[in-house]
Amino acid sequence: MLRRMWTIFVARNKEFYRDRASFGWSILFPFLVIIGFSFLFDQDRQAMYKVGLIGPSAQPERAARSPQYDDFRKTRFVEFVEFASADEALPKLLHHRIDMLVDPGAGEYWVSRSSPRGYVVEKLLSSSGSGSAQFKKREVEGIEIPYVEWMFPGILGMNMMFSALFGVGYVVVRYRKNGALKRLSVTPLSPFEFLTAQIISRMVILIATTSFVYAGCALMYRFECRGSYAALVFVFALGGFSMVALGLLIAARSASEEFAGGVLNILTWPMMFLSEVWFSLEGAKPWVKGLAKIFPLTHMVDCTRRIMNDGTPLSQMLPQVAVLAGSAVLFLALGSVLFQWQKK
Amino acid sequence: MNILEVNGLVKHFPEVKAVDGVSFSIPAGSCFGLLGPNGAGKTTTIEVIEGIQKRTSGDILYKGARRGPSFRQEVGIQLQNTELPQFLTVRETLNFYRNLYDRRADLSWLIEICRLEEIMDRDNWKISGGQKQRLLLAIALANDPDLVFLDEPTTGLDPQARRHLWEIVRQIRIQGKTVVLTTHYMEEAQILCETIAIMDHGKIITMGEPEDLLAQYARGSTVVLRGLARDDALSGLQCSWDRLEDRVEIRTENVNECLRELIRNDVDLTAMTIRSQNLEDLFLMLTGHSLRG
Repeated sequence: MLRRMWTIFVARNKEFYRDRASFGWSILFPFLVIIGFSFLFDQDRQAMYKVGLIGPSAQPERAARSPQYDDFRKTRFVEFVEFASADEALPKLLHHRIDMLVDPGAGEYWVSRSSPRGYVVEKLLSSSGSGSAQFKKREVEGIEIPYVEWMFPGILGMNMMFSALFGVGYVVVRYRKNGALKRLSVTPLSPFEFLTAQIISRMVILIATTSFVYAGCALMYRFECRGSYAALVFVFALGGFSMVALGLLIAARSASEEFAGGVLNILTWPMMFLSEVWFSLEGAKPWVKGLAKIFPLTHMVDCTRRIMNDGTPLSQMLPQVAVLAGSAVLFLALGSVLFQWQKK
Repeated sequence: MNILEVNGLVKHFPEVKAVDGVSFSIPAGSCFGLLGPNGAGKTTTIEVIEGIQKRTSGDILYKGARRGPSFRQEVGIQLQNTELPQFLTVRETLNFYRNLYDRRADLSWLIEICRLEEIMDRDNWKISGGQKQRLLLAIALANDPDLVFLDEPTTGLDPQARRHLWEIVRQIRIQGKTVVLTTHYMEEAQILCETIAIMDHGKIITMGEPEDLLAQYARGSTVVLRGLARDDALSGLQCSWDRLEDRVEIRTENVNECLRELIRNDVDLTAMTIRSQNLEDLFLMLTGHSLRG
């Protein structure tokens, strides 16, 4: 059994790294995204901003009448999110879930020093209500997370998601479509051996490419992981496993690459936008936040951000870890039960 | 001793009865051919035996017993259409399949018997159709099987590549292996098989040694006329005839008398050919339609 699994594992790995287009893309893609984003931030070209407002005085009609504040609230392309207190809102600012925090009652505001978006919103605030009394800037206390460091776990997670879902789902469907699975079905190879080898192969590829991208970006941008590397690898591995299992579930029966591609797109696009890879869901409707929680990517990105940015130990993220492990087991069990060697 | 026995095999799909009560037995070390046109049920029959498809009813005995786990270890299979991993070399592909079995054929024997020496280090996507068929045959032999199933192994090959493959099958036979072959090429079945079963519409319509079948059903000759536009010139002919796509075929046991009748009917014999009757004629006689139809 182990020899057969090893045979499939080795063959799949060779196929992966010899397919230079696919191999190159899976390495290059996250680099390009990181480089592109850092370039964009250098140029201050972001258009959408989130500003946190503290207290009941955040309501314009209840706020102290400030021409600067009234004028600032009218700014287009700025979303205002209310918080009960500064204690609740400041961590969001430190983690770039909001770009600036304003306390209208006290006439004060906070902005992250490293955030290019914060810089732009600060300029918008200071140019509002010209001639009137200006809000006072307060220093942010605590560890401020560089924006690229906040974004980086999301990019890695997204790359893992695409690699896991398309790298397993698409490949198995193609094997089924071209008869390769049918040929394997008449050998002593069992579905369990085949699926296990596929999972291990893709996991090794995921961890290897993610480690390579991590090391490259850490060198380029001087990233810092404030938590345990072991915890980080564990969460990446568990999240990757969950998404590989999801890929196998999608590929369990279909022999149509078009159908599988459609299903994979339906899954990956919402995951990409709702898992806080690109932007936070701060201020989003509750049902949107609830929907985001069904995706493994949401929990993986959340955990890896907390490990990298805050140094949070794994013991404080057990619910997310449980969701990742549970979803992996569920997807794998369903995928194994539904798996068919050939199209019916 | 029979290595394989099939009794009353039936396979129904929702809208078609693909295999309808097929029975045959195959002695160890022989070559058995399933012959028939596309859609006759040949592939379904052997896929049910191979275990790819489930049977509706009937019995399949391998070495006198129901097929157990050893069956997959001991049979070699070449399917009609199999894609190979593009980015593996021929050597890696052979080793890949060898490693899936407990019993493995010697690699140098596989290379030699299937004539793969020159392409061993070539990627699968760079090999020709004939080379691919030889590789697929080598894969079918990767476990040094006792029983080999070859499903239309020469379809789509040029005449030279086809003859190469026939030679390989002969070599396999010399090794004492049993071969089950499906084909719609008469010549192939006649050259390679000791026993043939002709299938049509899911049933075996006749079975036996090719020479016996020909002696029983097709003792005469076939006169082939091309370019004959009208059938009325053949009216009153004492022998049976069929109009096929581009020709008329007349079957007769007395060529001289047949030709005299054609001349009397003023039939143009310029493009005429005469040949001994073969399995294709036999099939035409038994089913009323052409094998490749």
